[in-house]
Amino acid sequence: MLIKRRSGEASRSKHQAVAAGLAAGVLDRRAFLRRSGLTAGALAAAGTIQLGAVRKAQAAGSSAVGPDTVIKKNVCTHCSVGCTVTAEVVNGVWVGQEPSYASPINRGTHCAKGAAIRELVSSDRRLKYPMKLEGGQWKRISWDQAYEEIGDKLMAIREKNGADSVYWLGSAKFTNEASYLMRKFAALWGTNSIDHQARICHSTTVAGVANTWGYGAQTNSYNDIRNAKTMIVLGGNPAEAHPVSLQHVLSGKEINRANMIVIDPRFTRTAAHATEYVRIRSGTDIPVVYGILWHIFQNGWEDKEFIAQRVYAMDDVRKEVAKWTPDEVERVSGVPGEQLKRVAEKFAKEKPATLIWCMGATQHTVGTANVRALCILCLATGNVGKPGTGANIFRGHTNVQGATDLGLDVTTLPLYYGLVEGGWRHWARVWDVPYEWLQSRFDEVPAQAGRKARTRKENMEAPGITSTRWFDAVNLPPEQIDQRSPVKAFMVFGHGGNTVTRMPEAIEGMNKLELLVVADPHPTTFAALDARQDNTYLLPICTSLEMDGSRTASNRSIQWGEQIVQPAFESKNDYEVLYKLATKLGFADKLCKNIKVENGIPVAEDILREINRGGWSTGYSGQSPERLKAHMRNQHKFDLITLRAPKDDPEVGGDYYGLPWPCWGKPELKHPGSAILYNTNLHVKEGGGTFRARFGTERNGATLLAEDSFSKGSDLTDGYPEFTFGVFKKLGWDKDLTEEERATILKIGGEKPDTVSWATDLSGGIQRVCLEHGVSPFGNGKARANAWNLPDPVPVHREPIYSPRPDLVAKYPTRPDERQLRVPNIGLTVQKAVVDKGIAKDFPIILTSGRLVEYEGGGEETRSNPWLAELQQDMFVEINTGDAADRGIKDGQFVWVYGPENSSKAKVKALVTDRVGKGVAFMPFHFSGWYQGKDMRDYYPKGTDPVVLGESVNTVTTYGFDPVTGMQETKCTLCQIKAA
Amino acid sequence: MARMKFLCDADRCIECNACVTACKNEHEVPWGINRRRVVTLNDGKPGERSVSMACMHCTDAPCAAVCPVNCFYTTADAVVLHSKDICIGCGYCFYACPFGAPQYPRVGNFGSRGKMDKCTYCSGGPEADFSTAEYEKYGSNRLAEGKLPLCAEMCSTKALLAGDGEMIAEIYKQRVIKRGYGSGAWGWKTAYRETVAI
Repeated sequence: MLIKRRSGEASRSKHQAVAAGLAAGVLDRRAFLRRSGLTAGALAAAGTIQLGAVRKAQAAGSSAVGPDTVIKKNVCTHCSVGCTVTAEVVNGVWVGQEPSYASPINRGTHCAKGAAIRELVSSDRRLKYPMKLEGGQWKRISWDQAYEEIGDKLMAIREKNGADSVYWLGSAKFTNEASYLMRKFAALWGTNSIDHQARICHSTTVAGVANTWGYGAQTNSYNDIRNAKTMIVLGGNPAEAHPVSLQHVLSGKEINRANMIVIDPRFTRTAAHATEYVRIRSGTDIPVVYGILWHIFQNGWEDKEFIAQRVYAMDDVRKEVAKWTPDEVERVSGVPGEQLKRVAEKFAKEKPATLIWCMGATQHTVGTANVRALCILCLATGNVGKPGTGANIFRGHTNVQGATDLGLDVTTLPLYYGLVEGGWRHWARVWDVPYEWLQSRFDEVPAQAGRKARTRKENMEAPGITSTRWFDAVNLPPEQIDQRSPVKAFMVFGHGGNTVTRMPEAIEGMNKLELLVVADPHPTTFAALDARQDNTYLLPICTSLEMDGSRTASNRSIQWGEQIVQPAFESKNDYEVLYKLATKLGFADKLCKNIKVENGIPVAEDILREINRGGWSTGYSGQSPERLKAHMRNQHKFDLITLRAPKDDPEVGGDYYGLPWPCWGKPELKHPGSAILYNTNLHVKEGGGTFRARFGTERNGATLLAEDSFSKGSDLTDGYPEFTFGVFKKLGWDKDLTEEERATILKIGGEKPDTVSWATDLSGGIQRVCLEHGVSPFGNGKARANAWNLPDPVPVHREPIYSPRPDLVAKYPTRPDERQLRVPNIGLTVQKAVVDKGIAKDFPIILTSGRLVEYEGGGEETRSNPWLAELQQDMFVEINTGDAADRGIKDGQFVWVYGPENSSKAKVKALVTDRVGKGVAFMPFHFSGWYQGKDMRDYYPKGTDPVVLGESVNTVTTYGFDPVTGMQETKCTLCQIKAA
Repeated sequence: MARMKFLCDADRCIECNACVTACKNEHEVPWGINRRRVVTLNDGKPGERSVSMACMHCTDAPCAAVCPVNCFYTTADAVVLHSKDICIGCGYCFYACPFGAPQYPRVGNFGSRGKMDKCTYCSGGPEADFSTAEYEKYGSNRLAEGKLPLCAEMCSTKALLAGDGEMIAEIYKQRVIKRGYGSGAWGWKTAYRETVAI
């Protein structure tokens, strides 16, 4: 009998073995099983898997180094939960991953993606060097050649067609610093057409939530869900999209024996753990929410005191809700009234209650209205601004919150400063760049198609084109595009090519572009669409794990990630590429005027310091790199539920983890951040606050300021407007400003010092004095049940463009055709045509899309990771057992999914299941590399093709855009499915 | 001496597959070999439950009982390991195992099997702890470092528990008492001939 004794003593590290191998230059961790004879056959079976050269061993060099393992901490680059990744590095090689128990967010845990994240850095499928397409063939080029050629082409295109003819796309996978740098870059280039993935995930959340109570972000935190007694997850599947969040959700469910209600067209993996599942027809969220509110108002379960003190115009909502009787709700959404009564009673009475939503609510033509309705449900029941309550909006990508905050958005400057003169002048001051010079960079737009001409100033203040419409801005007749020229060049940083609906039209747009540049760790779908022959460049960018920088998790906590290893192959980080490109384009001096550049790379810490200097409006001013790094060092000190560190801690005493914004004032002020927004039970200095008085003080005779409600310890015991130097003078608080602060305010204000506000005062004095008086710098207003500036001030139900219920379209039509964000939105015309042509008869199945746990986003990165790819090897469509039987479709066979536009079709495998209801099909959105039945593997540059390829769902998705943000409709279209 | 066990709380498991990729990551397990996997019952229907499965390191392990070359052994921590030097890849253990744990690389045509591979409870094999030979054949040896299997350490919802049998049973028991429901310690009766009494 074999026996090996275990003494249980942890005497040596496993890395000694690894390090020994590295030192000998022969062994990497990948090699071990190969030697045992394990891999040869398995690899042959896998076919496409090739474990290439022993890159890691080479990277480590052959010099003998002892078993020194360096621990580096960064943040997972996948979803927005913000899991800390703990890496073990030996000799500059990332050899192991350990659980990050100290992090209060993930407490050691990961999902499949996080537990496999090391492979992103060591993957041999990464883009290894810059490449260009020449006559349809990929060719290796040098970085210098890439900068030269791209720069020359950009300048030529700008010369001929203007600055707006170049479209800039940033990334939710950027660090905060890269996001900010790219937004600044676009401003210096002279365009507002700068966008990122928030457009297609939560742009409607940001618009809807900010228009309700001030800021477009999750109000509480993942951890705080542990306090909830009732939670509704509507249009979200966090078990797959945010698995680590389920740790907090399920703990809350268990500890409080909480109600966990899942409302979704699909019985998701999250629904499998719910105490109640409500199946709805896709696209009827507003009827369902109003169905809930109908019971709440009917039975007087609303929080009357909260509404009176902190909500404007709830009566306008009551009128609309009155129309949604249980019968009408059931007729439209399919949900029985009794079930919604049960849900309503729990949400209103078993408090605290929280609402969790994701892209099931946001990715609709009524996305903003959906979000507004959800906020109103929170407001009506008083479920905002306290522990266990709130709009717990789970953002998508690792830094989609930060990238949104830092202005990768066609309607804002960094930190939500508007595209108005005041906003531009603020950033011109921070950047130390003349406002007039910035203005000179923008195009003059001639009058066309009955629209007035725009001056440079007016164009500078006009929102850009959304990423959902970039190809419309290429394809449409020029007079329909409200800028000097259609889009001619497309600069894509960290963004898949398969994530936007109507792919056949996107490919047409790609064909017409004069220049396409993809800067990404992987070639992305853009490289594999057979659309181009020349003038296409691939730039290898490293992942955020290979660079320093901060990222903002969904709960607004900012975490500093340190570079784990040097960028792989010839890849470079975003800072360097943007800087070098700016050098070539002639504005690098302005881009980094006050940012230190070392060895040609802007320093991340210094970029953050500039963000701090200008980020007053959102409280991005207090999170200095030093404070953030201290948080990473002291992770274990933060409380699991409150996220707060003990007050007596020397380094992070009293802080909330990651200094969740707003973190007011300068870093020296040591504001702890705000773990829960709008929480009046805390002093502002302790992270408390009020609803933001963002929309004026009065409307139609009714006050917009809070009544008899204020945050703890406030000197003002009623509502108040936002603070300016003028308001300060009236209150006599200007005397509390230091001489230095006053001088800065007077200098900024020039002739109108009274207008200098909490958001434009670069001295931070106004915020500091506000905190001393216990008031929120942004005022104390009411949240708006009626948001009069939105297309539907009170949300109303509107049928999807491709409605499966033509009988309801006349009563609930989509909004009239309109021009939005420089392009036409002809939703109503399309909807009418769909009804008139009887599309719902030929395409009788509702098609919805969503995430799988193994993959993320467009999926190029995760499908290139064999550990993940092995778990999901085929693109599929979930089809109901009844629908499959009707069509003679067996589980696992290939089927064609036909879309109602562009004669589109996709060949995928059938997954026959009752997870989707009768008449509903679901497809994941992470696949690409097949197009309408054709395998496009050969189009990728050699050796960079993802392990798993498949059809993109967006080949068959259709028209439909939210009127406020241009959000695309991905959750509700129609299709037909036939056996292949 | 501690008696190491696995316990999967099916009421917590969300089939996120972190345990699967954590295992791949820790041991560089190649494509086609899955030391751990997640099985979902009633997929897509009410009552859907997922369970993470690997070698359970049984008491009186049936794999060991059927092995014709006697390559299995049980460590002092009650972890069931085997020697790849002795294993002949016959596949008997696969038929004996109630959990489908043994895995075999295909090494040639006609379905011929290589040496068996399975979960080691992150504790290596018969070679000296931390030796290169041990690492190459069995992967890393966390247990000897004083650490637990990475699959359980990284489980997103802390559904998969690893550690001393009595301790993890107690954790599970407390959980069930607190929340008021529990579908039982899955596989324990088969593997350990006992259940967690609540």
